[in-house]
Amino acid sequence: MPTLSTSRIQEKFRRLREAGAKGLVIYVTAGDPSLEATGDLLAAIQAGGADIIELGIPFSDPLADGPVIQRASERALAGGTTLRKVLQAIPEWRKRVHLPLVLFSYYNPILQYGLEDFGRDASEVGADGVLAVDLSPEESGGYIETMRKWNLNTIFLGAPTSTDDRLARLANISTGFLYLIARAGVTGERSTLSGSTRPLIERVRKITSLPLVVGFGLSSPEQIRAVQELAEAAVVGSAVVRRIEEHFSTEGAAAIERYVRWLKEGTGSSPA
Amino acid sequence: MPDGQLTTTGPDVRGRFGEFGGRYVPETLMHPIEELERAYLDAKSDAAFQTEFKRLLRYYAGRPTPLYHAERLTKHLGGAQIYLKREDLLHTGAHKINNCIGQGLLAVRMGKTRLVAETGAGQHGVATATVAALLGLECHVYMGEEDMARQSPNVFRMRLLGTEVVGVASGSKTLKDAINEGMRDWVTNIENTHYLMGSVLGPHPYPMIVRDFQRVIGQEARQQILELAGRLPDCLFACVGGGSNSIGLFFDFIPDAEVKMVGIEAGGRSLNLGEHAARFSGGKPGVLHGTYTYVLQDADGMIARTHSVSAGLDYPAVGPEHAALHQQGRVEYTYAGDQESLEAARLLARTEGIVPALESSHALAEVVKRAPAARKDAIFVVNLSGRGDKDLGIFQSAGIL
Repeated sequence: MPTLSTSRIQEKFRRLREAGAKGLVIYVTAGDPSLEATGDLLAAIQAGGADIIELGIPFSDPLADGPVIQRASERALAGGTTLRKVLQAIPEWRKRVHLPLVLFSYYNPILQYGLEDFGRDASEVGADGVLAVDLSPEESGGYIETMRKWNLNTIFLGAPTSTDDRLARLANISTGFLYLIARAGVTGERSTLSGSTRPLIERVRKITSLPLVVGFGLSSPEQIRAVQELAEAAVVGSAVVRRIEEHFSTEGAAAIERYVRWLKEGTGSSPA
Repeated sequence: MPDGQLTTTGPDVRGRFGEFGGRYVPETLMHPIEELERAYLDAKSDAAFQTEFKRLLRYYAGRPTPLYHAERLTKHLGGAQIYLKREDLLHTGAHKINNCIGQGLLAVRMGKTRLVAETGAGQHGVATATVAALLGLECHVYMGEEDMARQSPNVFRMRLLGTEVVGVASGSKTLKDAINEGMRDWVTNIENTHYLMGSVLGPHPYPMIVRDFQRVIGQEARQQILELAGRLPDCLFACVGGGSNSIGLFFDFIPDAEVKMVGIEAGGRSLNLGEHAARFSGGKPGVLHGTYTYVLQDADGMIARTHSVSAGLDYPAVGPEHAALHQQGRVEYTYAGDQESLEAARLLARTEGIVPALESSHALAEVVKRAPAARKDAIFVVNLSGRGDKDLGIFQSAGIL
């Protein structure tokens, strides 16, 4: 496999490692509650101290998501958000936001956009990686080739249910990092860290040297700290999206900046 | 049997029927899907499993179902000889029970104690609830709130059978959203739960498993028509929602080049996007619920809303094997609208004393159009996939009583 020029994502993990720090990844759904708001939210997430942003592309049938992100998707779609409009908006956002940006999408919108067109446009507007949540390694041959051609990191999900063989295959086709699902189930906040998280990370460590990012169900500094003891970064998604739903209309992006800072400071890791 | 042409003998090892099918699911579901595939292939070659499946089909579900020569309907239409494959006479009132018995036995074999399923018209939900009761399994059925309202007798039946019916209020509140919610349940409870997919949809191996459990329809019909008429039929007709009753009828006739096959989708109110479920007339290839197939969607890949008077056909994607049969030209796909299907139901009721399900009425509507122009010795076989008791409220509100 050809070596890529170092991506913004790889550079971020290099600097975290050098600083002895762990990362915080924040997910938001693009277009929730509007594309204009998303620009402000990304800037707030950066200001709050996040290390990487996952930008969710809204989909009509988000079957891997719990109710919070489902509602965000519905709000974004009701406002007319499409993958094309998100990509068109990124250059404007990039004037303020320098964090690595991972597009987190279901596969059909990417497929209908056209793999080649999507890879080119996503790369040109300044996205750094892509994660297609319902694209299995088995179906991803042409996709991987195309995304790599456009210097986009291809990030795949590993799950507690994945066998070691599958984890090896997923690690082999992932670049930038491997995203591990902390527990079986859909996205959404849980009060405790799943018992399946640690054994999964331990299995993956024996298989790959890729940075490991753990998500699904995290919402408090305590959970994030517990994940960061084991992995390179933790993802907070539904908890952020719920705060956008509850507070954005009254407090604007400042509420999200405050929350991200609380998460970041609560974990005690210094920004890299 | 003549040498097959244009056959979909698939799926291949990747779960593909030609270019369609495959496995597009979040990683968490890949292991259970692989486990299911292994368990199914093992069961398929296990004589004891097949014997038990056949025993329940015969003594519990009521197979074989008759192939009935509908002479009054034939005379009324004045053309082709019309034969009805009476799946409506099965226990629970539709072909769905065939697949549910098969998958229920498979779930027990895998050590699962809980079933989840989606349902549109409620026929699959009732069949799943029935099999759960028969096999002593816990059962949750997801059903769109719109469908719960329009098929309420089936909701009560499921509850009586001990199943928890969970209303789905998201999206279009119909079958597609019920599948989303069912899959969310499955991915959260994979240890003890089998997802009992009701049609030839979803990731591999579901389209293969459901087809194999429904093949019995065509196997019986082929033998029966040879006994009754001494030759193979000229044309088969079946409605296509996800496509399980149609693939069940068609599959064993695919190698018979002289047998034409017509699949009838829901034409709804019109062919404007959102007003029908005719995937081969308004859709294009895409990915929904784990499979690559024809999907009704907008230019941005968002799945379209659909409409049909028949809840069981009201779904934006079609089984991948049908997509392959469409591409190969082996099966002709067309559609029937709400109104003509309602009228076809009334016609069958009045000529034969059989009240068909609104799903099956779509197939009848196509027969009503074609039979008069056909030769009088032509043989048409129609899959009467379900009975219409559940649809009485719709017949009433449509003003056709």
